Amino acid sequence: MHWVDYQRPESLDAALQAFAANAGNAKALAGGTDLLVQMRAGRCASGVLVDIKNIPELNEMSYSPEQGLTLGAAVPCYRIYGDKTVSAAYPALIDAVSIIGGTQIQGRASVGGNLCNAAPSADVVPVLIALGVVCKVTSAGGTREIAAEDFCVAPGKNALAAGELLVSLHFPPPALQSGARYIRFIPRNEMDIAVAGAGVSVTLADGRFSAARVALASVAPTPLFAREAGEALVGRPVHAASIAKAAAAAKAAAKPIDDMRGTAAYRRNLCAVLTRRALEDAVARAGGKL
Amino acid sequence: MKKTQVQTIVNGRPVEFLCEPRQSLLEVLRDNLSLTGTKEGCNDGNCGACTVEMDGRIVPSCLVLGVEAEGAQIVTIEGIALGSGLHEVQKAFLEGAALQCGVCTPGFIVATKALLEQNPNPTEHEIRFWLANNLCRCTGYDKIVRSVQAAACRLQEEAPA
Ligand SMILES: Cc1cc2nc3c(=O)[nH]c(=O)nc-3n(C[C@H](O)[C@H](O)[C@H](O)COP(=O)(O)OP(=O)(O)OC[C@H]3O[C@@H](n4cnc5c(N)ncnc54)[C@H](O)[C@@H]3O)c2cc1C
Ligand code: FES
Ligand code: FES
Repeated sequence: MHWVDYQRPESLDAALQAFAANAGNAKALAGGTDLLVQMRAGRCASGVLVDIKNIPELNEMSYSPEQGLTLGAAVPCYRIYGDKTVSAAYPALIDAVSIIGGTQIQGRASVGGNLCNAAPSADVVPVLIALGVVCKVTSAGGTREIAAEDFCVAPGKNALAAGELLVSLHFPPPALQSGARYIRFIPRNEMDIAVAGAGVSVTLADGRFSAARVALASVAPTPLFAREAGEALVGRPVHAASIAKAAAAAKAAAKPIDDMRGTAAYRRNLCAVLTRRALEDAVARAGGKL
Repeated sequence: MKKTQVQTIVNGRPVEFLCEPRQSLLEVLRDNLSLTGTKEGCNDGNCGACTVEMDGRIVPSCLVLGVEAEGAQIVTIEGIALGSGLHEVQKAFLEGAALQCGVCTPGFIVATKALLEQNPNPTEHEIRFWLANNLCRCTGYDKIVRSVQAAACRLQEEAPA
């Protein structure tokens, strides 16, 4: 790895100053499970690593049934599934953070890093999109919010401007009779990159879907918000026929490519199957019956 | 281009070292501190040979920078044995022949000890899932899983009721 300098700011202001002072040459270091691998492979030439793990706002994890969850961008996976309240409120988030790499990777890897790294296969991002998460982003110039579905813009590219830092993710409180689920397909049991993945959320009322969102992994240049698939459910009865419509819409929305992990045709079929299974599980988590 | 002074605790002892910020904790342990029990397999987070405990959870030391160890508590394979005797996990791996070349073994043992501390009676599925980040190219895993189960039994027998 090339020479780097290392800074460990203890406050958000100090971190933003570090980014401003090293314009274009500084990278945020969260768990490092993407960044250090990329730097060693020569795919990232930054000269300054700004360790963001000692900034209080980026380590926050606070939940209330009224406010929802505020998750600091640097909180590692193991802290999330280690929290009983958060696990009970957002099981789909747990689906994803407990399959990122293995136990050791989960000891370091953060949800913020998974999102900022902007891989098409990122396992947490479909969950963030399905749950309607809003990302709080800040820079010396001020603070703004970005919807999770607008955060990744191209493979490995996110919507942050130079000098901007992802501070936290805000998860809305789970609605009554709502449920969510993430599943991915990999040829092994663990430790692999999704051939395809589906993150879904549903809200039920009077035997019908009152709201639904579907997002897909590994079938487009970025994690994909399949808006049509969710819309196909809204107003329809909680029934296998409704879910089949949504699964077909997810398949139609996917824009996969052929690569070593699978062909485009195979991935399109996976989108239908995974969306169906994820929706069935989400309905069960919402307390509904099919 | 200045080296950084780092203060940390390794296997219960305060340690100070100088390192380049680009050096991994794995390199620092092996090259600066001569703790060569921790192994390098892949150097990219996949194989788990470099597993150490850091502030109570297991991490791949190849994906931690030495400078990030400032103020941390690190436990390596050298810190697992109790006094002059081996830890039950080490004994079980030896008796169960859970190793051949042994390169993966320090990582498996550090990871297994952490598993049994938080889940004293894991199912086979839980063992395999927890150890999914540890690869072994020699044993075929079966003897490893049996040895983890044997260690779990012994530790539970030992534990005060
Ligand atoms: C062996 C192995 C297995 C893996 N398995 C999976 C898997 O199954 N599924 C999966 O999705 N991923 C997997 N990954 C990839 C990686 O672990 C995840 O993407 C992880 O969530 C990244 O988080 P991190 O905290 O390590 O990010 P880092 O590596 O620290 O950062 C990633 C990128 O985001 C930027 N960044 C981080 N935080 C911020 C912030 N707050 N503001 C602005 N920019 C920021 C960094 O500068 C860097 O460019 C795996 C990696 C390894 C090594
Ligand atoms: S050497 Fe660190 S995981 Fe392989
Ligand atoms: S004993 Fe050789 S790699 Fe496991």
